[in-house]
Amino acid sequence: MTVGILDYDAGNLTSVENALRHLGHRWVLSREPEALKDTDRLIFPGDGHAATSMDNLKARGLDQLLVDFVARGRPVLGICVGSQIVLDSSEEGDARCLGLIPGTCRRLPGGPGLKVPHMGWNTVHFEADHALVAGVPQDSSFYFVHSYYTIPDASVPLLGTTDHGIRFVVGFVKDTLATWQFHPEKSGEVGLKLVDNFLNWRP
Amino acid sequence: MLQKRVVVCLDVRDGRTVKSVQFENTQELGDPVAMAEAYYRQGVDELVFYDITASAERRGIMIDVVRRVAERIFIPFCVGGGLATVDDIKAVILAGAEKVSLNSQAVKNPDLIRQGAKMYGSQSIVLAIDAKADASMPCGYRVVINGGRTPTDLDVLDWARKGHELGAGEIVLNSIDADGTKAGYELTLTKMISQALPIPVVASGGAGTPEHLRAVLQEGKADAALVASMVHYGTYTLAQIKDELAASGVAVRR
Repeated sequence: MTVGILDYDAGNLTSVENALRHLGHRWVLSREPEALKDTDRLIFPGDGHAATSMDNLKARGLDQLLVDFVARGRPVLGICVGSQIVLDSSEEGDARCLGLIPGTCRRLPGGPGLKVPHMGWNTVHFEADHALVAGVPQDSSFYFVHSYYTIPDASVPLLGTTDHGIRFVVGFVKDTLATWQFHPEKSGEVGLKLVDNFLNWRP
Repeated sequence: MLQKRVVVCLDVRDGRTVKSVQFENTQELGDPVAMAEAYYRQGVDELVFYDITASAERRGIMIDVVRRVAERIFIPFCVGGGLATVDDIKAVILAGAEKVSLNSQAVKNPDLIRQGAKMYGSQSIVLAIDAKADASMPCGYRVVINGGRTPTDLDVLDWARKGHELGAGEIVLNSIDADGTKAGYELTLTKMISQALPIPVVASGGAGTPEHLRAVLQEGKADAALVASMVHYGTYTLAQIKDELAASGVAVRR
């Protein structure tokens, strides 16, 4: 099995590569749809700005690659900004996003003692008994760095939620597309387990 | 609920972890990669490596350390020490560090913060500030550089705000007065900066007991606390520190 990693100038991907190496998988990291189209599953990471990320994806035709992957029923994992721009839109840069899953993104409200970006370790409550979270204890901690949060449509099955002033969704799944708002590749052994679960996922 | 972080700091010279910069008789503590891996297994939340290698020619050793650490530990870690250009930042990030820490070089060239944030995002740019109590400064603390040896004209609060405006995503606030004392963090300084800024503040300097961490995380309003000698010499384990913090009502990752 080969894993593709989308490179679209959306942050540093070394940690994703290191996690895959550690888990004993082979991968193709590329910015070219041609180099990724025959991989078995995709990891779609990202740090940064939603509107800029969308522009970069479109400029390389990677938006269409993601649409095609989902349409053909191959597993895709969106991480961080990758979990945001699979939705219809984002408040960040007033971005029109991929629309693979109905929903939108809003800025975290923050408040007294609640800094934004939401940066650091927070507990995640798994909302479903799903193959993607198998073997990971309920309410484990994961590493977050983000200012916007996802609001998938009520019809979308949830994987997890957390709390930072408000309770919000940090993972969801529809057909063969799954997402995590936090960085599983930087969240210690429980994070690596989530990556491994995705690599073994047979939706 | 967002948890308070316990961050372990390693000073690295010529590829070996050494006792703090402040002391002349530097003593080797071990291999930074092996130490990083051991702290990772013990549940450290984040690591910081300060490269105190003196000669520019030997700096490549640090990049190799960063690369090997990134292959073995799967939590965020930060690298600082002598990073003066965007290319220096790039080399460390591409080797696998999540964050870079800028200190004296950012004072000399504040635009380095802006350039780094533009390239890798604010979450990757940490502004480290060495603060020294000085009643003649507006906030009561003066920024000092070059490991505390050189005073600047900068007020700590002004400089922290400027750093945030330029794009720094986090502040590591080190009290030169408390550093090495093991008598506790500088709570007044930490609380002032943490409450004034919308970005996380990591308290540094003075840790000697878990109670010191509790005080700076609760009363000092810090988002994270940096420790070094109290764990390097085996005085406390990370588990002991976190157990005591949790027992005092501080939310920590277990």
